[in-house]
Amino acid sequence: MTHNLIPKMVAPGVQRSKAKAVNAAETRELYEKRQQIYPKLAKGKFRLAKWIIMILTLSVYYLVPFLRWDRGADLPDQAVLIDFAGRRFYFFFIEIWPQEVYYISGLLILAALALFLASALFGRVWCGYACPQTVWTDLFITVERLFEGDRNARIKLDRSSWSFNKAWRKIAKHAVWLLIGMGTGGAWILYFHDAFDVLRDFFAGEAPLTAYIFFGLLTFTTYTLAGTMREQVCTYMCPWPRIQAAMTDREAVNVIYRTDRGEPRGTHKKGASWEGRGDCISCRQCVAVCPMGIDIRDGAQLECIQCGLCIDACDDIMRKIDRPTGLITYETDDNVDRFTAGEPPRYRFIRGRTLVYAGALVLVASVMLTGLLNRTELELNALRDRNPNFVRLSDGSVRNGYTIKVINKAHETRHLEFVVEGDPRIQVRVLGADANAPRSLMVASDRTQDFIVYLTLPSDAIDEAREPINFRVIDLSTEEFADAASIIVTGFEL
Amino acid sequence: MSETPQKPDTDEISGIETTGHEWDGIKELDNPLPRWWLWIFYASIVYSVIYMVLMPALPALPGMSSGDSDHTRGVIGNSERANVARDLAALDAARADGFSRLEGISIEGIEADPQLLGFVRAAGQSAFGDNCGTCHGMGAQGAIGYPNLNDDVWLWGGSYDDIRTTIRFGIRTEHEQSRYSQMPAFGRDNILSFQEIRDVTDYVLSLAPGAAIENADAVARGRTVYAAQCASCHLADGSGDRAVGAPGLIDHDWLYGGTRDQIITTIERGPFGVMPAWEARLDEGMIDALTAYVYLLGGGESADPAE
Repeated sequence: MTHNLIPKMVAPGVQRSKAKAVNAAETRELYEKRQQIYPKLAKGKFRLAKWIIMILTLSVYYLVPFLRWDRGADLPDQAVLIDFAGRRFYFFFIEIWPQEVYYISGLLILAALALFLASALFGRVWCGYACPQTVWTDLFITVERLFEGDRNARIKLDRSSWSFNKAWRKIAKHAVWLLIGMGTGGAWILYFHDAFDVLRDFFAGEAPLTAYIFFGLLTFTTYTLAGTMREQVCTYMCPWPRIQAAMTDREAVNVIYRTDRGEPRGTHKKGASWEGRGDCISCRQCVAVCPMGIDIRDGAQLECIQCGLCIDACDDIMRKIDRPTGLITYETDDNVDRFTAGEPPRYRFIRGRTLVYAGALVLVASVMLTGLLNRTELELNALRDRNPNFVRLSDGSVRNGYTIKVINKAHETRHLEFVVEGDPRIQVRVLGADANAPRSLMVASDRTQDFIVYLTLPSDAIDEAREPINFRVIDLSTEEFADAASIIVTGFEL
Repeated sequence: MSETPQKPDTDEISGIETTGHEWDGIKELDNPLPRWWLWIFYASIVYSVIYMVLMPALPALPGMSSGDSDHTRGVIGNSERANVARDLAALDAARADGFSRLEGISIEGIEADPQLLGFVRAAGQSAFGDNCGTCHGMGAQGAIGYPNLNDDVWLWGGSYDDIRTTIRFGIRTEHEQSRYSQMPAFGRDNILSFQEIRDVTDYVLSLAPGAAIENADAVARGRTVYAAQCASCHLADGSGDRAVGAPGLIDHDWLYGGTRDQIITTIERGPFGVMPAWEARLDEGMIDALTAYVYLLGGGESADPAE
């Protein structure tokens, strides 16, 4: 690369200088290596909350596939099961068919609205406590701490040259990470097959190929995302930090550094006066514990997942130097301004934004609940043959063909009475029906059954181009019924 | 020519140099990309090389090709053609059970078994679309010269066995068991005069249920011609004879069209409709499924004529 691009010939009167650009293109790094963050272990109520939530969420993830729920014979007894082969989603007492996937869409909409509401009230509580990325990263950092020690020991170990001590600690850490990753991938597949069966088949090498593929995929992503990428996932890969700025406002309770109390900051000698200065003694403990590697004192920022660990770290210091805790705390932007102005704080959890989010949440939830409560376990669809549209028989009568689809979502076989409402002269024939019970349809439990139905209208009954009819199936034992409207086309011309 | 040194534009808040572009006051910071993005790029290059070694990928250079292939085969020998062949074989194996159950079973037996009923409708519909729909139409609704298979009018019989025989050996084919008959070309071969053809047409039209007789003289003349020339096959009452594939002339169904002109043309030329014998092209199981499918379109007749 040529550094000296100054032409030999310059115009007369032009002064030349040999200054070098600081940000010269040729020295600029196009790609930057991730800088390792060494979060220190915090102690306090938010750390405790994170431990409890970690145990709860991981327990849910690993144990739910083993919960059983009796649905009767021939049906899976796993409480939560996404059965792709059988095309069913089971969730305790709820069973969802593929055409009812809108319940899942509704669930996702509910989750999104709940996230909006949580953001408007308490900022990124999801990110800080419950997001899988946070939980698994926390777990991986715990493992790291187990083998390599806390922040300072880790920094020292990473700077030291390779030795047996460093090697075994690193190898052990990565091995445990991989094991956790395999556990994550292993538990994932339990949701898609019977947990006990697939677990046995998995180790016997007899599980479906997809099980092994997803096991490998989730092992890899868990290992990389929680082990080596961590905060990069939140900062660069996740869209939520970008969106949340629109969901939160100055009245949302966020992790915040109270500038009114802290500034002007600076080191403090024991016994010196606190007059004319802030409570922040620039110990940088809030930075040391931060898993995102940021300084909360810079104010609200994209990278902050609001886990509250800096609050624990700061409170610990405040108690040591005998100042009130809460220099870093959950507080609103507006209140920090009020404190600065000497006014009392004001909290408005009920405001336009939260009302809209909560209203939308209630609306979607009630629509879904109504749908779920009114969900019928017997449905009927009628598809009329259009090719041919109708068939004229030798005696001048006209026949129409229909495919009747009876959906039986109940967990028992149904014997249904089939009725055609309309012109009483219509002759009904159900293909495959028992000669002794020509109008009785049998549909096995949890099935959709097709029937071919032929309706014939005698020639003397034909006086319109088409006549409306209604198909009905009736379960005589439960009195449930389902209707499907259709027509009979006669080919009648004036 | 003077050179003013271009001062890099720097963002005030972050202190990071910008790219110099501006959109409505929004500027782009010129941050370096995370290095792992670069690693993913390198990894994808490595992956592509591995892929090219394992899978068919490159046009073959001399010496690289094997057999008649014009590309590299790949180390693991994956071939989409072989995969399709394997899938088709698996499909055949999956269907074999259904076809074997059709062997020797009666249509009543098929109807009584919902599983088998579903199987013959699916297999039969697919085979019908592939082999029969070209002439009979995808819905078996027929066309002029090609019978509608949905209705209850059958030229050669509508029982399960009759339909099966028709499909196996065809109509007017070279197969020795083929159904065979021929209607004379009364006009072209000068068997009847044009006037006689018109008269017999009037007579045939008068046979239709509820037909209005316009020209009683012509009908009377036609009746004589009919008795001499047509009754041997179509029978004296015009009800037709399935033994020779002679259609009934007293129903609403006309294979070659029911207008006066169409009937005249039919008598004049004497149609000779041919259907191929499928025995050599389809295996027994498929013919069974096809027979059941056609039978169950709605027009199938009971084997026992007394019923």
